[in-house]
Amino acid sequence: MRALVWHGKEDIRCDTVSDPQIEDDRDAIIKVTSCAICGSDLHLFHNLIPAMLPGDIMGHESMGEVVEVGAAAKATLKKGERVVIPFTIQCGECEQCQRGNFSLCQRTNRKGNLGDKAFGHRTAGLFGYTHLTGGYPGGQAEFLRVPFADTTHIKVPDSIDDEKLLFLSDILPTGWQAAVQADIQPGDTVAVWGCGPVGQMTIRSAILLGAEQVIAIDHLPERLSMAAAAGAVTINFETESVIERLNELTSGEGPHKCIDAVGSESHVNMGQPDTLLDRAKQMVMLENDRPHVLREMIYACRPGGVISIIGVYTGLVDKIPMGQAMNKGVTFRMAQAHVPRWTDDLLRRIEDDQIDPSFVITHKVDLSDGPEMYRTFRDKADSCIKVMLKP
Amino acid sequence: MPITNATQIARSKGDPRVVRKGPSSLTGSDRLTRALGWFSIGLGLTELMAPGFIARTLGLEGKEALIRAYGARELASAVPTLSVDKPVGLASRIAGDVLDLATLSSALRPGNAKRDNAAIAFALVIGVTLLDLVAFADVKASHRRERGTHRDYSDRSGLPRGPQASRGLARRDFDTPPDDRAEGSVADAVPATAP
Repeated sequence: MRALVWHGKEDIRCDTVSDPQIEDDRDAIIKVTSCAICGSDLHLFHNLIPAMLPGDIMGHESMGEVVEVGAAAKATLKKGERVVIPFTIQCGECEQCQRGNFSLCQRTNRKGNLGDKAFGHRTAGLFGYTHLTGGYPGGQAEFLRVPFADTTHIKVPDSIDDEKLLFLSDILPTGWQAAVQADIQPGDTVAVWGCGPVGQMTIRSAILLGAEQVIAIDHLPERLSMAAAAGAVTINFETESVIERLNELTSGEGPHKCIDAVGSESHVNMGQPDTLLDRAKQMVMLENDRPHVLREMIYACRPGGVISIIGVYTGLVDKIPMGQAMNKGVTFRMAQAHVPRWTDDLLRRIEDDQIDPSFVITHKVDLSDGPEMYRTFRDKADSCIKVMLKP
Repeated sequence: MPITNATQIARSKGDPRVVRKGPSSLTGSDRLTRALGWFSIGLGLTELMAPGFIARTLGLEGKEALIRAYGARELASAVPTLSVDKPVGLASRIAGDVLDLATLSSALRPGNAKRDNAAIAFALVIGVTLLDLVAFADVKASHRRERGTHRDYSDRSGLPRGPQASRGLARRDFDTPPDDRAEGSVADAVPATAP
C-alpha cells in the first residue's frame, strides 16, 4: 500500500509499504477513504518530538471502511461499516477510560515503559506519533490497523460526506474540549490564541457554548478572515498590541477565559523578543517549546480566570511567569483531547446542522501529493489552513 | 546520538515495512543547505582545534586567535543552518564568507611564502560563497509566502445557522462535566452582607 512515511527532519515520503495485518483479536483493518495533515504532524516534520524512527507511518486523522475484524472486535464492529478513527487509542476498561480520560488510557501504549520514563506515567497510545506514545503506524495510508478496535472507532452514517465527518478524529473534539475545559459561561469573553485548524474549531465551540465575545489572535490574514466568519473579533499580533487590544475589548478587565491553540511552535517575531530567545534555545536543545502564548495568556487573563491549553507542548519550557499566575488565582486545564468523550455529542451536532467542520478544508489532494503538502502547510503557502488527503 | 539509538527503540514486528521509497519532501536546496551546515561544523572544529596548523599553511602566523574565533563563528552558523530556519543560518554563513575572504586577501600579499596555498583557499571560499548564495536564494524563495495573495475565507463560518443564531446553542443540551467546571467561586460561597 502507499503511505506517508517519516524519514527524518523535513523528510516525508509517499512510500510503498507492506500492508498491515491483524495482530490481535481486538484489531481491525480499515481501508482509509480520507485522512488529513494535523498541525501536530508539523512538530514531527520539524523533529521537535523525540523518539521517531525512520520508516514510521504518519497520520492520526483518518476515516474509512472496515475491511477486516479480529474475533474479539466482531461484537461491536462489522466489515463494511464506515468509521472515523480517534487519534487516541483506548481500551475502554482501565480506570482512566472509565473516567472518560481516554487520552490517558493506561493500557494502549505498547511502549509504556518509554512513556513511564518520559512522562512519569504512561499515557494512551496514539496513531502516527512518537514511540513514547506507542509508535503505532498512522493513518496517512491506504490501510490502517486499528488496535483495540472494538472501542477505538466512531461509527458514522453513510448519508454524510467524509469532509464533514473526518475531523471527529481530532480537531473538532480537540477544539471542543479546549472550549469545554475553559468552563465558558454566558457573558464570558474568550480569547483564543492561534487560528489554525484547532483554533478555528475552538472558536466555533466557544460560540456554541455561549461565549458573548470571542477574540481570535493570529497574524495570517486568511486565518483571521476565517475566524471573523464565525463572528470572532480579530487581533493581528503583527500590527497590533495584543495586550492593549484585549484590555480595550474587555474594559480593562482582561478575558475571562484564555485558550492556547498554538502550543510548542509560537511564531518567531522581532516584535516579541522572547520568541527569538526561545528559538535560539530550542536550536541548541536548551528548551523544547516556545511558550510565548502561555506567557501572554497568563499576563492577559482576568484574575480568577481560566487558562485552557490544547496546543501541543513537547517538553521543557522556560520563563513561565508562575508568580503572575499564582497571584491572579488562574486555573489551568489542559490535556490531549479525550476524543470519544465528545464524539457522540458532536456527531449529533453535525447531523443537526449546528456545525459543519468542512469549512476548514482549504486543500484536498491525493495522498501522493502529501510530501509537498507538508511543505505548503508548514510554510502557510497558498493560504493553506487544512489539508485533506485522499488515498 | 539520537534518543532512538540511546534507548534502543525498535519498530514493532508486525508494523508495515518500507518496500519502495517515494520522492522526498526535501528539496535540492534543503539538501545543499544541510551539507553546508555539516561543512560549517567540520571547518569550525578544525579552526578551533588546529588554528596553528591553518595559520602556518596559509602564512597567517600571529592570527591564531582570530582563526579560533572564526571556528566558533562557523559552529554558531551551523546551528541555524541545520535547523528549519535555514535562511538565518545561510545569511550568517554568507557574512562569515565575506570575513574569510577579507582575511585571506591579506595572505595574498607578494611577500607571503604560502601565497599559493592562500590563493587556493581564497578560490575555495569563493566557491563555497557561491553555493551559500544559491542555497540562500532557493531556500528564501521556497519558504516565502507571496505577499498580498492571501485568500479571504470570510464566507466560511462553519456554523450553518449563522454565528448569531448559533451562540449558546449547545447550552440547551450540554452539561460541562464536573472535572471541567468551577463549582462556584469564593465570592459565591460567602453570603453577601447588606451595606
